[in-house]
Amino acid sequence: MTTPARTDAREVVLDVAGWGDDVRGRAAAGARLVGVYGSDRGDGCRLTAVLAEQDRLGALSTIVPAGTDGVARYRSLSPEVPAAFWYERALHDLSGVVPEGHPRLDPLLLDRGGSTPAPRPGGPAVASGGTPMAGERPGPVDVVGHGMFTLPLGPVRSGVFESIELLLETPGEDIPHVNVRPHYKHRGVAKQFEGRAPRDAVLVAERVEGISSVAHALAFCHAVEDLAGIEVPRHARLVRVVLAELERMANHLDVTMRLADAAGLAVAVSRFGWHKERVLRLTSSVCGNRFGRATVGIGGLCRGLDLDTRSLAEELRALGSRIRSDIRALEASASFLDRLRGTGPLAHERAVQHGAVGPIGRASAVDNDVRRMRPYDGYRDLPPVPAPHAWSGDVLARSRVRWEELMTSVATLLDALDTLGRAPVPASEATDTRVPDGLGLGSAESAQGEVVHALELSGGIVRRCFARSASFHDLVLFHDVFTGDVFTDLPFIEASFGLGYAGVAM
Amino acid sequence: MPLPWALRGLLNGTLTTRYPGRSDPYLDGFAATVEVVGGRDPDPPGVLPTQEALDAVCPTGALHRSESGDPVVTVDRGACIACGRCVLAYPEVFAWRRGADVAALTRGALVVPSADDTEEAVAAVRRALADRVRGLRRSVHIRHVDAGSDGSDEWEVQALLNPVYDVNRLGIFFTASPRHADILLVTGVGAPGMRAPLHRTREAMPDPVVVVAVGTDAVSGGLFRHGYGSSGGVGDLVDVDVWVPGSPASPFSILHGLLLALDRVPAERAPADGSDR
Ligand code: SF4
Repeated sequence: MTTPARTDAREVVLDVAGWGDDVRGRAAAGARLVGVYGSDRGDGCRLTAVLAEQDRLGALSTIVPAGTDGVARYRSLSPEVPAAFWYERALHDLSGVVPEGHPRLDPLLLDRGGSTPAPRPGGPAVASGGTPMAGERPGPVDVVGHGMFTLPLGPVRSGVFESIELLLETPGEDIPHVNVRPHYKHRGVAKQFEGRAPRDAVLVAERVEGISSVAHALAFCHAVEDLAGIEVPRHARLVRVVLAELERMANHLDVTMRLADAAGLAVAVSRFGWHKERVLRLTSSVCGNRFGRATVGIGGLCRGLDLDTRSLAEELRALGSRIRSDIRALEASASFLDRLRGTGPLAHERAVQHGAVGPIGRASAVDNDVRRMRPYDGYRDLPPVPAPHAWSGDVLARSRVRWEELMTSVATLLDALDTLGRAPVPASEATDTRVPDGLGLGSAESAQGEVVHALELSGGIVRRCFARSASFHDLVLFHDVFTGDVFTDLPFIEASFGLGYAGVAM
Repeated sequence: MPLPWALRGLLNGTLTTRYPGRSDPYLDGFAATVEVVGGRDPDPPGVLPTQEALDAVCPTGALHRSESGDPVVTVDRGACIACGRCVLAYPEVFAWRRGADVAALTRGALVVPSADDTEEAVAAVRRALADRVRGLRRSVHIRHVDAGSDGSDEWEVQALLNPVYDVNRLGIFFTASPRHADILLVTGVGAPGMRAPLHRTREAMPDPVVVVAVGTDAVSGGLFRHGYGSSGGVGDLVDVDVWVPGSPASPFSILHGLLLALDRVPAERAPADGSDR
């Protein structure tokens, strides 16, 4: 008998000062900050800090009233809780709340240029005409010194990549700083959740970060299932794992392809590109969609599937051995490994302080894998997913974590397919269940790491959804890993992070 | 000792699709979008879903019931995100449409079934575009711009370079420099922050330029079409020549769109087994 996938959502509401003190105190005592967000309340803003304590998620909230000038202010958490750094900037951009004493309150997601009102998630709808324009102001320069120059890379990148600007602020060959500016492709995702019924909002969740559609759909559905106490049937739980692990494989193969590309290994690029295409085709043979979309639904699956588990397993075995062999060849390419070894190191202490998630955290010996911390769906029915064994914190460690995970994904998939057997899996959407008002917390492990959705429902409709991608949480660590020559290291470091920028810019 | 990379390369040989020379089963079988199979009210009238019912089913408002003359139901593939809900709710009216070849030369042609005058208009557009691209060298260069995608579109565009699609064999290349590009390929909803960078890229390209909007997000804004962070697609930001729906558009759909842009779509695909019909 397995227990329902509850995340123990617990929301405590405090006064503003007490809230700040509580968050600081818990962080000092070892709680991991998962995120901070605002939800508009007309005459103020409800601030919520999501924390993980002993691997469990909980929420602390407070209402910050608007001052006489209409602006809500509170004392910034970032000086004592550094992980809040980007969350408070995003909060300022989107909700118009001012964290006083924040070390650097520059625009992150939306450059409103002073006068444009904030979109205020959780509040009334924003008309498409009332667009807060993202500005074109040049980025701020942090490091002032002799012979200093800044070089913007992007937002239109040189290959086929998502738009982002990396502002290199450098006094020559060495780089003291890379400033990350993701706001160009801000799509106003938060407001897109609002006013929709949960089953429609799943489709929005799938588009928060399209390369991890399944993980976001799962995190969102877990939040609803948590609120409503819905139990997902066993077959649907296993299919969810199948989709999630295929998605992880595609992402890890993509990262490997980009690393090989950075090193100029043309044959390896084409081999891993081929493997990735096979994985996307396996996904489409499971559910009709190459990204596993429109399949996960609240309560299980929103469409019935008829899986040929035996031939899927057969193809997966063959694919797995091809991937294993190509990874061995990479591990035998000394010049390739030389480019990865020692490059872009993330110190273990920094990873702990920030609560780094995903392969980036694991490669620096910080394991926040949701599949192990809070097993969900079929992960509760299957043997535990083993942790990888690379901890040196550099590009090589991040790559090896992914290579190990590729192999454990194959094993988990074969287990899941074997357990599923041949019977058709019926749709299991909980269409009739009334979901009570309140705050639900859901999480899932994407290829990038822990995805968390904090969902506020009111009258059966989404009032606010804070969709926290692992990419948003980890990308800020980009500031901490450049030690050598930026121009040669950047492609390797960026590839090894393996993040989706849509899920950052929101 | 593992096989060296050079030898592994030789193993790739037979992976590549033969499309457009031959048909490809993955292209033909891929359910890229939906079609209307029973969109005209039969006798007795009344079995067609009402507009209200259609709006309740479709999350993007892609379904429309026209009341001028006999009631007719249409689907706007440019707004469809392939969620399949209409097919589940009204299997007698909607069905999956097999085939990744769903690109079109006008925005209107994505609304199906199309009116007869749409087809004439498309034919005229096709002739004009063919004139425009006649001057292009046998090899063409693409500059891609992400104007606010969810990230999946870039994967599918990049896939065109993997050995399965290998568009280089067709003389299609990607370039970092807009000055050397003939085709502007745009993904994403038209995020406000990307409007200026998109314009700058377009301005830097030498005419004639063919613009391809890739994915439902770029065509219409998709699920995000009414949000402040979308321009309802990129059609109002650049002059689009080819519209490729899909959420995201699959690699074959994008390839089909590129061939459409270059007037190189095979008139009728030969079967995959190589035998001539
Ligand atoms: S598949 Fe979904 S998005 Fe497309 S027309 Fe049908 S209901 Fe609308």
